[in-house]
Amino acid sequence: MSDDVWILGITMTKFGKRPDEDTIDLAAEAVHAALADGGVTMADMGILAAGNLMGGAGGIGQALQKQVGQTGIPVYNVANACATGATALRTAIMAIKAGECDYGLAVGVEKLSGVGLLAGGSRAADRDEWTPHGRYGAVAGVDGRIGTETMPGVFAQVGMEYGHKYGGTSFELFARISEKNHSHSTLNPLAAYSKKMSLDEIMNDIMIAYPNTRPMCSANCDGAAAAVVVSDAKLKTLSLEQQRRAVKVSASVLTTDPWQEACQILPDVNTLTRNAAKQAYEAAGIGPEDLDLVELHDCFATAELVHYDNLMLCEEGGAVDLFESGATWRDGSMPVNVSGGLESKGHPISATGIANIWEVCHHLRGEAGPRQIENAKVGLAHVIGLGSACGVHILERAA
Amino acid sequence: MSSRVPLVDYLALEPEPHLVAHECVSCGARYFDRRNGCANCFGTEFHDVDVATTGEVRAFTIVAYAAPGIETPFVAAVVDCEGTSVRANLINVTPDPEHVSLGMKVRLATNSVGTDAAGTEAIGFGFEPISN
Ligand SMILES: [Zn+2]
Repeated sequence: MSDDVWILGITMTKFGKRPDEDTIDLAAEAVHAALADGGVTMADMGILAAGNLMGGAGGIGQALQKQVGQTGIPVYNVANACATGATALRTAIMAIKAGECDYGLAVGVEKLSGVGLLAGGSRAADRDEWTPHGRYGAVAGVDGRIGTETMPGVFAQVGMEYGHKYGGTSFELFARISEKNHSHSTLNPLAAYSKKMSLDEIMNDIMIAYPNTRPMCSANCDGAAAAVVVSDAKLKTLSLEQQRRAVKVSASVLTTDPWQEACQILPDVNTLTRNAAKQAYEAAGIGPEDLDLVELHDCFATAELVHYDNLMLCEEGGAVDLFESGATWRDGSMPVNVSGGLESKGHPISATGIANIWEVCHHLRGEAGPRQIENAKVGLAHVIGLGSACGVHILERAA
Repeated sequence: MSSRVPLVDYLALEPEPHLVAHECVSCGARYFDRRNGCANCFGTEFHDVDVATTGEVRAFTIVAYAAPGIETPFVAAVVDCEGTSVRANLINVTPDPEHVSLGMKVRLATNSVGTDAAGTEAIGFGFEPISN
């Protein structure tokens, strides 16, 4: 017996426009499927961790229990920007590691179709008197007057900063990363968008924030994902089939950004990701060269590039070369975002941090169909939420 | 009689427009917002320092699609002002990739944000290219 924690059941719903289902419907669909996938019921669960950012007030976890089973277990409603799903999963894992229960359930759900730009909201109309407000003593709205608060604009600068530091980037290079992910998505029936896009189509689509055009931005959509985790001791009492399909959580890491010069000017998405990756590789006793596939947080094409480096998939400064080598395509040596990534699979925020783990598990179990990475043994899933929070999980298939 | 106010309190208009940072007395970390303490060393003492008015563009984007009420396109950037990073728009430059480049040398410039009902003008800032 060890203190390993295993994923016993996991699922993601179809991502996309789901106008006929509300947040609870989607969460319940994911939970029912994850429980069935694991061969367990709500009666087995010792903890529920639930994430949802856009659903308004009230605990999503308790609202969900009222539809899938009120068993009286502790519920943790978590929120950690785009790392919310990963945080929910990690909460369940920690409960098992702490010895509080044998089974945990984590779910993330979002209704985002038609929300439009993920911005800092709209800028209010200027008041008719200039009086200072807030921590900057601003007499009027600053978004658009002192830089940008939009996500596409922030992550565009993140990619451009990398280009300034190491060279080799261009509008076309970033667009080609997006071309890869849209190409991958054609094999994923659960993706919100699964249409192949040519480089021309991507570069000539609507510009959102240079160098990110619309297809280079994560797609707002509806969706949910859920996972059942189990202790090593309990897993050993389950059927051989359950043990065979179980996926080992070799590392579960959550970090925030340590202070760096400029991190309060432009969010530093690099340091905390690198820190999380280092901790995860160390905990798992696995190096980046051992990975068979990676699902990383390509909220924008510009972000994917910097995370090649942050996750140490290449030498420092070598992200452009890694991409140019073809390694990150599905048939390359380091496949990245074979699901289609957030740019095409979609990004229902709180679901993302579990859905990317589902993608990795799907391959580790050999169940990924036409997009299967042959003989995948180990994979990494990464998410980052601005603010910031970074989740990295390393997963290994059962021996 | 007309008067002027800065868009934000860290923009000083006199004697010449410049930015003022709150610098941590113990570690030197610089911030532009009102502080409760230092995120780097947890110190709680700050003093104000003037930030260099020239710098280099370290990152930029050309925002074509923004929240309602914001005029587009505009260039948002991070400017390295001799070691202090500043968030700002690039102004007095055509907002397209042919006219904006990484590493471009720029200097602080001001612009008018508008005049309120009492006739007070709000002054904003950005960085403009230093022409050769
Ligand atoms: Zn300090």
